[in-house]
Amino acid sequence: MNAEVITIDESLVRVEGLKKYFPVGGSLFKRAKSHIYAVDDVNFTIQKGKSLGLVGESGCGKTTTGKMLARLYDPTGGHIYLNDMELGQVDLAEVKGMQLKTFRRRVQMIFQDPYESLNPRRTIFDTVVEPLAVQGIGDLVEREERVANLLELVGLTPADTFLFRFPHELSGGQRQRVAIARALIIDPAFIVADEPTSMLDVSIRIGVMQLMQELADRFGVSYLYITHDLAVARYMCQDVAVMYLGKMVEVAETEELLAHPLHPYTQALISAVPIPDPRLERETIDIKGGVAQPIDPPARCRFYDRCLLADDHCRDNDHPPLEDKGNGHMVACYKV
Amino acid sequence: MSLILSVHDLTMHYTTRKGDVSAVDGVSFDLERGQSLGLVGESGCGKTSIAFSLMRLLPENGIIKDGYIMIDGQDIVAMDYNDLLKFRWKKIAMVFQAAMNALNPVYTVGDQIVEALELHFGDIPPEQVHERIASLFDLVGLDPALMERYPHEFSGGMRQRAVIAMALSCDPDVIIADEPTTALDVIVQDRILKRIRELQKELNMAMIYISHDIAVIAEVSDRIGVMYAGRMAELANSVDIFAHPTHPYTYALMGAFPSIKGKKRELNTLPGEPPDLLNPPQGCRFHPRCPYATEICHEKQPEFKPVNGVTHNDLTRGHYVACWHPLEGVTL
Repeated sequence: MNAEVITIDESLVRVEGLKKYFPVGGSLFKRAKSHIYAVDDVNFTIQKGKSLGLVGESGCGKTTTGKMLARLYDPTGGHIYLNDMELGQVDLAEVKGMQLKTFRRRVQMIFQDPYESLNPRRTIFDTVVEPLAVQGIGDLVEREERVANLLELVGLTPADTFLFRFPHELSGGQRQRVAIARALIIDPAFIVADEPTSMLDVSIRIGVMQLMQELADRFGVSYLYITHDLAVARYMCQDVAVMYLGKMVEVAETEELLAHPLHPYTQALISAVPIPDPRLERETIDIKGGVAQPIDPPARCRFYDRCLLADDHCRDNDHPPLEDKGNGHMVACYKV
Repeated sequence: MSLILSVHDLTMHYTTRKGDVSAVDGVSFDLERGQSLGLVGESGCGKTSIAFSLMRLLPENGIIKDGYIMIDGQDIVAMDYNDLLKFRWKKIAMVFQAAMNALNPVYTVGDQIVEALELHFGDIPPEQVHERIASLFDLVGLDPALMERYPHEFSGGMRQRAVIAMALSCDPDVIIADEPTTALDVIVQDRILKRIRELQKELNMAMIYISHDIAVIAEVSDRIGVMYAGRMAELANSVDIFAHPTHPYTYALMGAFPSIKGKKRELNTLPGEPPDLLNPPQGCRFHPRCPYATEICHEKQPEFKPVNGVTHNDLTRGHYVACWHPLEGVTL
């Protein structure tokens, strides 16, 4: 699709042919001969007000995708169209310089480890107010008020007892709430949340998950929710996309995907998730071998080596494209 | 079946500059050969401290204050150091959490197992050692040819298997697995848990799984012990504890766990955070977060005793709870 064509749709973010290749073994004077195809030709859409879960095993490219959407990595190729009320339609993959700064107001990121994502020498107020200062929004009084309001909203009450504390004085759950406040302070349209609850204890985790949902409704933000945990995705996201070695293999509405997975990889993944109830039996659908690294992968289905259904057609043709199998259930497999 | 492990009233403190941290407080459980127990709880609840107490691998400031740990009839708490060296790994072994850190990067994986074998069985002819390691590798599902390789050449799942092979090397009666699959992807986790479970049955070992993940615990354990703030809140057969959670904390923990199966139910939140064990709350340690707490919960510690109306009152079969107001007839 051409960048100039303005489509009237409800999509907030539309990703087309997104790629990120990392060079392996090159140096200053030597061009790298091979590349890791961390993200390779990925397409997906996030609807306004909905959240998309990005799931897959470690090394499948989900974090790389997230970081490109937040422009912490520059894409090797492809487009990330953001339909924004304030800015109109922009291709995030193209923005540079001052434009990039404006765009950062619309897209924010929450990281996995709240022990590492907060500066230990800054007070909570300094941390949360930083985006406002960078973007030059409001004066000091206004900023203080906004920070205090938001801290109350994320459950750090009363806010004035938290404002001038340091991260080491807070628990993991409280720190993640600070990180959420920092991401929300400039009213973004879209937040990339990279495993935001996987470091937290069970009883704390649910609180943070529910908070993120409440805030999404209240502020009308959408999340790209990156997680390895399908059960968490079930509670956080309307739609789920499954990645395997840099490719998108299946995208569907969450309950549909969990109930009727079509791709053999998704089926194996779902069947391996332990069930928190010993009274329920679980049947495992196994696949062959383990995850490899996508270094200069041959032009065939990425899942070929591990797939029990694969035949010559899967070997001789390039990775299958995502196809709609009805009701927006998209699968990339020749055998479905 | 025969009793292999009996932990009674185990109390363990860490001495710090700020005072004593009451990490484990009056914990009791029994285990028979071939039985598996899952210890579940959040970070800081004392589950790993129990494991290290059982192995007598506590850091210098970790002191067992009270109680005994009988393994095959011998009290490991009272044992002197030389006896302990011969006892450990032969009777009780442990699979550590971080497989990369548990393996020495400068030795081949095979050589590291040789070390353990030699320590316990003295000089054994090389062919026999080779044969033993090959059979151990086979058991855990690794290609025996891999024993010449170094840890960095292994994937996360292979390393975890190697660490399990190491724990099995001296034929222990009890194996403790501390978060054995936490860092692994779900497909690999599933395979490894299956293999451990099979091995445990084949070799008729007693097994203690430690995890924060109640789903993993539910799949591998015959019995489940729920820990909170250094104390055992509830101990029962896995099926019973899921069918009739009796401690409010158990109920909250289970209700907070999302599942991909079954109806999508509302997840419970549990307000507050676990207590600081430098100054644990008086009475029941859960009372500040408990919706059912009354006067007595603030004052007196509830006894760990069999649930009303349950016939088994031994620690290998029965349903035990430490609560003044145990829940009755609730299910998730």
